[in-house]
Amino acid sequence: MKGPGKSPSLVVGGTIVAILIVAALFGPALANHDPLAVHLANALAAPSLAHPFGCDALGRDVFARVMWGARLSLGVSVSVVFLSLIVGGLIGGAAGLAGGPIDNLVMRAVDIVLAFPGILLAISMAAILGPGLIDLVIALTAMGWTGYARVVRGEVLSLREREYVHAANALGARPARVLIRHMLPAVAGPVAVQATFGIGGIIGAEAALSFLGLGVLPPTPSWGNMLDAGREFLLIAPHLTTAPGVAIGLAILGFNLLGDGLAALAGRAG
Amino acid sequence: MIRYLLRRMLALVPVALGVATLTFALIHLVPGDPVVAMLGDTAAPADLAGMRHQLGLDRPLAAQYASFITGLAHGDLGESISYHQPVARLIAERFPATLELAAAGLLVAILIAFPLGFIAGAKPGSAGDVGAMGFAVLGISVPHIYLGPLLMILFSLDLRWFPLTGRGGLGHLVLPAVTLGTALAAIIARMLRQSLIGVRASDYMRTALSKGLSPTAALLRHGLRNALTSVITLLGLELGGLLTGALIVEMIFSWPGLGRMLIAAISARDYPLVEGCVLTFALTYVVVNMATDFVYALVDPRVSLK
Repeated sequence: MKGPGKSPSLVVGGTIVAILIVAALFGPALANHDPLAVHLANALAAPSLAHPFGCDALGRDVFARVMWGARLSLGVSVSVVFLSLIVGGLIGGAAGLAGGPIDNLVMRAVDIVLAFPGILLAISMAAILGPGLIDLVIALTAMGWTGYARVVRGEVLSLREREYVHAANALGARPARVLIRHMLPAVAGPVAVQATFGIGGIIGAEAALSFLGLGVLPPTPSWGNMLDAGREFLLIAPHLTTAPGVAIGLAILGFNLLGDGLAALAGRAG
Repeated sequence: MIRYLLRRMLALVPVALGVATLTFALIHLVPGDPVVAMLGDTAAPADLAGMRHQLGLDRPLAAQYASFITGLAHGDLGESISYHQPVARLIAERFPATLELAAAGLLVAILIAFPLGFIAGAKPGSAGDVGAMGFAVLGISVPHIYLGPLLMILFSLDLRWFPLTGRGGLGHLVLPAVTLGTALAAIIARMLRQSLIGVRASDYMRTALSKGLSPTAALLRHGLRNALTSVITLLGLELGGLLTGALIVEMIFSWPGLGRMLIAAISARDYPLVEGCVLTFALTYVVVNMATDFVYALVDPRVSLK
C-alpha cells in the first residue's frame, strides 16, 4: 500500500488546484495590465515579454484576461458546488431521514430533474433567466444539486440503521441533532469526493455556457467567452484559443485528479 | 420479452409527463416576461397584449398547461415564432442531424475506448496501461469547446484533410464526431480497464486459463463479455452527456442539428421552439436510458427481464 503522499493523482491534482487558487487570488494583481483596456495597436499581437499570452483582437492582454477568468471560473464553480451541496444535502438528507412515501416522492422528483441530460437544464434556465453572474450560478445549481441529494440520501439511509445512530435516537436526541452530530461526519467523506469532481464539472459547464453566449457576457473575461471570441482567429492567432482552452483543460484535469486521489484515500480509510 | 418491453415503455409515461411538466414550468414560471423580451421594453401595450393573446399567454396557467399536454399527446408542439412553422416539423427536420452526430460520436468513443481499455486492463502497470490511462485522463479533461477548435486548426486548416464546418459527406462528420467522442472514450476506457482487472480474479477466468487458453484469449472470450455489463451501465449514464455534448459540438462546427436550432431559438426568444427542443432532448435521453436497460439485460443473462 502506498501512503497518501505517494499517490500521484493526489500530488499532481493538488498541485494544479493549488496553482489555480493562487492564480485566482493573486493573478489579477500579478498581471499588470487591465483585462478590459483596449489597445488596437496591439490587436492580435503574438506572445511576447510584455504580453506573455499575447493580445486579443482588441489588443487586450490575454494573460490578464486568463487570470481574471480564473477568479471568475473558480468563484462561480465553488459557489455553485457550495449551493448545490446545501440544497441537495438538505433535500436528500430530509428524504433519507423521513423515509417511506416522502422519500419516494422526493426521489421521483430528483429522477425527473435528472432526466434532463447534462447541462440542458442549465442551458434552459440560463435562457429564461438571461445572462448574468447570479443567474448563471442559479442555472448551474439547478443542474448540480441532484447528485448531492442522491449521495446524501443514500448515506443517510444506510447510517440510519447503524447502532450508534440507534443509540442516539434511543437517548432521545432530536432528528436535527442526530443529523448534524452523528451523520454529518460520516457523510462528509463521500460528499467531499463528489464535490471535488463537481467543481471540475461546473468549470466545464460554466465555460460551455459562456461559450454559447448564455453565461458570462463580453467584455467580462471568462474562459468560455474568450474561446468563443478566439475562434474567428484560429489560423492567424491560435494563442487566443490556446490560452483559455489550456486553462479550462488544466483546471478540469486538476480537480479530476484530486477527486481520484481523494476517492482512493477515502476507499482505503473506509 | 415483449411483455417486459411493453411494461418498460408504459413506465416511461409518468417520467415523460414529469419531464414535460418541468419543461413547461421552466418556460412559464421562471420570472421574466417572454413577450416583453420578444418585443422590447418600448413596445406599445396594445402590441404586448396582442402578442400575448396570439401565444395564448393571456389564458390562465392551468389552461395553458392543459393545452400544452394535450397538444403534446397529439404531437403538436405549437408554432415557432421566428420560423412561422409548426415546431414539430422543424424538430423533425433537424433531429436526424443530431442523432447522426451522436451516433458517430458514440462509434468513435467505442472504437477508441475498447482497444485502450483492453490494453490497460490486460496488463495493469505496464507501459501500455500507463499510456492508455494517461490518454484517458487527458481525454476527460479537454473540453469540447477547446478540442473542436484544436482539431479544426490541425486537420482542417493546416492539413486540409477534412472540411472546416457544415454537414455533408462522411468527411464532414469526422472532426465533430472525434470532438464529441473523445471524452466518452476516455470514460469508457477507464471503466473497461477497471472491470477487466476485476474479472481477471474470477473463478471462470482461472478455469479458462487452466484449460490452456492464453491470457489474452481468455480475457477476450470470457472476460470482455463479463466486463461489458458495467460498461453498458456507464454508457447509459453518459449518453446524456453525449446528447448535450452534441449540442455544443453543433455550435462549434455549424452542424445543422437540434442543438444549434435551440441556441438560435434562445437568442430569438422563440419560446415555443425552445420548449420543443428542450423537450425533445430530454425525452430522447429518457428513451435511450430505457434502451440501455434493455441491452444490459440482453448482455447479462443473470439480469432477469421481469
